[in-house]
Amino acid sequence: MIHQALFFIFAAICVAGALNLLLQKHPISSALSLIVVMGSLALLYLLLGAQFVAAIQIIVYAGAIMVLFVFVIMLLNAGIEEHTEGSRIAVYFGVPAVAALVGMVLYVLLKTSHIEYQVQLGGFVKPTRDVAMLLFREYLLPFEVTSVLILIAIMGAVVLARREP
Amino acid sequence: MMTNELQYLSILPELILTIFGMLIMVLDPLMADRASRKPMGWLAFVGTLAALGATFYQGTHPVAGTAFFGMVRTDAFSIFFHVVVIVIAALAILSSLDYLETQGIRSGEYYGLILLGTVGMGLLSSAMELVMLFIALEISSISTYILAGYRRRVAASAESSIKYFLLGSFATAFFLYGVALIYGATGSTNITAISQALHNNHISSLTYLALVLMFVGMGFKVAVTPFHVWTPDVYEGAPAPVVALMSTGPKAAAFALMLRVLFGSFGELSQWWLPLIWISAALSMTIGNVGALLQNNVKRMLAYSSIAHAGYLLVAFAAGQDMGIAAAIFYTATYAAMNVGAFAVVSHFASRGERYVSIDDYAGLGRRSPVLAITLTIFMLSLIGIPLTGGFFAKFYVFSAALKSNLVWLTIIGLVNSAIAAYYYLRLIVVMYMKEGDDSVTLVPVPVATAAALLIAAGLTIYLGVMPGGVLGYALLGAQDLMR
Repeated sequence: MIHQALFFIFAAICVAGALNLLLQKHPISSALSLIVVMGSLALLYLLLGAQFVAAIQIIVYAGAIMVLFVFVIMLLNAGIEEHTEGSRIAVYFGVPAVAALVGMVLYVLLKTSHIEYQVQLGGFVKPTRDVAMLLFREYLLPFEVTSVLILIAIMGAVVLARREP
Repeated sequence: MMTNELQYLSILPELILTIFGMLIMVLDPLMADRASRKPMGWLAFVGTLAALGATFYQGTHPVAGTAFFGMVRTDAFSIFFHVVVIVIAALAILSSLDYLETQGIRSGEYYGLILLGTVGMGLLSSAMELVMLFIALEISSISTYILAGYRRRVAASAESSIKYFLLGSFATAFFLYGVALIYGATGSTNITAISQALHNNHISSLTYLALVLMFVGMGFKVAVTPFHVWTPDVYEGAPAPVVALMSTGPKAAAFALMLRVLFGSFGELSQWWLPLIWISAALSMTIGNVGALLQNNVKRMLAYSSIAHAGYLLVAFAAGQDMGIAAAIFYTATYAAMNVGAFAVVSHFASRGERYVSIDDYAGLGRRSPVLAITLTIFMLSLIGIPLTGGFFAKFYVFSAALKSNLVWLTIIGLVNSAIAAYYYLRLIVVMYMKEGDDSVTLVPVPVATAAALLIAAGLTIYLGVMPGGVLGYALLGAQDLMR
């Protein structure tokens, strides 16, 4: 019961943070709202029983990635976003499109209130060792191939940011 | 379960490409700042040859089967697509060697990114797990986003890169959401396990939503209507050899992914996704061809033409069955050969700063450089689908498979579109041969590497148009392996 109440509280905070992220005009305010989203997501994971994912969520997303975001915003000295003709058109078309998509997703999710592989709140309690076993056995290849992905991203950052001779 | 050594054989081409990619990354800083990066390019070319050899080794030795806990599967399907993407990478590298010199780009990482991107493309055709497929898709996409922005002094190139990156990430997010939902619906991310779950259990509406979301993501990667809007701008701004690569390599790999997901996992729901494919195919062909009619920039014209060709390919998807899938596989190979060739000509002709990319610049090319004009003519005729070129058989197999599956209207739309398409391809040929040239358009002799790329591409285009039997036979094997 308390689990359910907590779930709805943090889910509401999460959605509110995400909406605020989109509505804020200043990049720093958006970045700070993102922290709210990340933090409440971590709590949702914790409520499901996935402690490891929750910890990673805090350390990697709310920690490392957010620091990077804030640094980039400060370095670029990004001001308040400007609105052009294009962004007005995007609002007129984008908002109904998003509403339609959200409506569709909601409809399907409500219709499938009962599916076979549903996870109950707190029903996912697995020791971190199990995650490690999966990661380094069944998912070894994707895990290793991810390093190629990261390598490409690093090379890209170097190439695109390098000063032209 | 295989022994460990055999497991590594199943990802041998990827291992070789990764090693060469990293070698280039390590060696590049040792070169002087102003030195030409051609040696790095040749090293990358050797890497693709070695990877090609490894793929042929896989084809002739019994390494077929799944490896790494069912993550990858080596079969005729994966081997066919490996050959396609590796040859594309090799040709793109060959046509980049002198292009980079002309544009004054001195960066060895360029070649490293092509090789590492090819790792992703290869894995896209052999992976059997949605998690693996997602990572492979990201590798192939991200390397292309970076390569698109390589003309650092040109604003259009930055625009191309950022547009591709933002829209591409958005599309991948849709794909990932679909993957998450299908895991919720079936309890697995394994292609075969999903197909079995859909076969045995009640199909929940979550599955349909997952399928639609994944279709959005994949539709973006192969640039079919209504997810094609990015294509002309991205192709216009990106360096021409990179367009040669990205309009064929990642696209062929994304088509492999689409075949794998639609037929491998969602075959049970084919009645349901067929209308989606039908509409998308008809719209892509029409919008692509009509859009191409209006272009004066060769790169933009070929961008719209690539949308149209993705549409023809979807016709083969709609046809389904072994024959339709084989036609789709054959089409990716043929389209790769002719389109890489066409863009290799564009890369060479564009000259410093890509000055000459409008159709009028090609005036008089038939007189000024007969060899270049003839090769470009071969590619254009093949893109139209004239007999004796690969394009003819590609279209022939697609439409005959469509007729066999009673898709009469789709075939009619396709044939009408092929007729429209003939106009803009022929226009380029007419301009080359019938119009008096302007001598202010400078023309340098074709360098060896570019000539080799053109020769191979033209040779493959004609080979596929004269003796398509062998390749089609292997494509059919691939189709059967896919459906297994």
